[in-house]
Amino acid sequence: MSAVRATNPVYRWRRRVNAALLAVSGFALAFGLFWLAWILGTLLLEGGEALLRATLYYKMTPPPGGDGGLANAIVGSLIMVGVGTLIGTPVGILAGTYLAEYGRRSRFADATRFLNDVLLSAPSIVIGLFVYSVYVARVKHFSGFAGALALALLVIPVVVRTTDDMLKLVPNSLREAAVALGCPTWKMVLSVAYRAARAGILTGILLAVARISGETAPLLFTALNNQFWSTALDKPMANLPVVIFQFAMSPYADWQRLAWGGAALITLAVLALNILARALVRRTA
Amino acid sequence: MSAAQANRRIQFAPWKDVAFEWLTRAFALLVFSLLAAILIALVIGSQPTLAKYGPAFVASAEWDPVREEFGALVPIYGTLMTSLIAMLIGVPASFGIALFLTELSPAWLKRPLGTAIELLAAIPSIIYGMWGLFVFAPQFQAHVQPWLSERLSGWPVIGALFEGPPIGIGMLTAGLILSIMVIPFITAVMRDVFDLVPPMLKESAYGLGATTWEVVWRVVLPYTKVGVIGGIMLGLGRALGETMAVTFVIGNAHRLSASLLAPGNSIASALANEFTEAVGDLYFSALIELGLILFLITTIVLALSKLLLSSLTRGEGART
Repeated sequence: MSAVRATNPVYRWRRRVNAALLAVSGFALAFGLFWLAWILGTLLLEGGEALLRATLYYKMTPPPGGDGGLANAIVGSLIMVGVGTLIGTPVGILAGTYLAEYGRRSRFADATRFLNDVLLSAPSIVIGLFVYSVYVARVKHFSGFAGALALALLVIPVVVRTTDDMLKLVPNSLREAAVALGCPTWKMVLSVAYRAARAGILTGILLAVARISGETAPLLFTALNNQFWSTALDKPMANLPVVIFQFAMSPYADWQRLAWGGAALITLAVLALNILARALVRRTA
Repeated sequence: MSAAQANRRIQFAPWKDVAFEWLTRAFALLVFSLLAAILIALVIGSQPTLAKYGPAFVASAEWDPVREEFGALVPIYGTLMTSLIAMLIGVPASFGIALFLTELSPAWLKRPLGTAIELLAAIPSIIYGMWGLFVFAPQFQAHVQPWLSERLSGWPVIGALFEGPPIGIGMLTAGLILSIMVIPFITAVMRDVFDLVPPMLKESAYGLGATTWEVVWRVVLPYTKVGVIGGIMLGLGRALGETMAVTFVIGNAHRLSASLLAPGNSIASALANEFTEAVGDLYFSALIELGLILFLITTIVLALSKLLLSSLTRGEGART
């Protein structure tokens, strides 16, 4: 039987095509992994040393040629990501709650889901432009708060999507049990549905934080940058991504070294958040 | 007494219920109106150039802040061209990866390999840009570009795309880096839709003696083509709007040139580079109108992607 198949030229040809194309698919995977390894390798190589120097964490961004660190940028980033998350998360959770608990498959809820999904992938630079024209242009100065606002607008669609998805996974029998015990709907949502979907919603928030931690484009014309230590939300605020951008594009070697350090720091933080979120999903799944 | 208490609680409840429902509805409404709000803000912001140039704005290659003459052709061309390159490389690569992960990979390798590919999406775009400028572009300039222009520049039509000195940065470099960035997005959608194919269909084809490739090409792909196109559109939407990675490597030259090795500009990188330095209403407005154009293009692409993907899931529901 197998001898017959092996001598059949058509079948041999098909087998060869199959083997060749499957090999190509293996190459495609290697192609993808190759870039990941190259990028992460570069980051560790170029930024590893800067990452291990303590000055990175307590000194301010230096003038060219000076010795310094990224302390103001790190703190600025933490503040803006924090405030952005604090603004965006409740909005996202409440909107997601409406979609899953009240709107369900109504036309309004479906339309909102659709628009939210478009917003999810919308270019972040356009979000920056939007915050610039509705906020920064009105108050006439760049500020950390504007940056946080732009980041919040990026948090919202992620949190809406995960909250909606996770609440939909909560079995209806749980809701019915609570309501049958005389529990009003709002209380059922707060103490039954949220509790059941807690891990999933938290994952969504973590992913949103991971996403905005590395965002540069929306901060360029909202928070701008600040060479000095500033925690005032109404002033331009230093932040890691924009400092990296500025330092990397500069001709000064020590600025570029700091930029690599910042790049390695930000990537490690974002990857850690991603892995944490994944672990959370896996444990609950 | 306790019965009266219970009664009182029940009487209070409807009010809170209504309040909670309206609270959540208000925020849903906010999310609902965000896209429209962005559109309106951008249209208002670009009034000066809209009034001055009208539709001719998109057809003019002029970009002269000193004489205050603006046109969007160069950045639009750069945005579309870099995204096209990204799709030409990214789509086959993503297909290969999705094929490997769904059909070939041993079960224990699936999760780590899939996670590794997904991590490509987690790396911030500014990292791609920095790496592209300092690490990738020099290598590309030294090893790949001379080869390309030597071999291909004599060819008719294609030759013009690869003319000029190899300078490392440029549209081809930007397109290549974008292609890496869209891989995780397209791969994720492809994997999801490939998994939707009923095992019965695949097994029937195998039972008739089809090879793995034939099953994928003749059964899996036709069955999932709507979803695959949706995934490609999603990747395209990402590529069109990508800012930082492109800004680092595209060269930021407001010049229309046929060669892909030449520096160019994209909408997003023009915004990133020039917005904070722009002076004068018209310059600002020109940049905001660029943003408006980008927003319209990506919104249409993403909406199409979403429609295709949701029609697939609805179809699935009807079929099972």
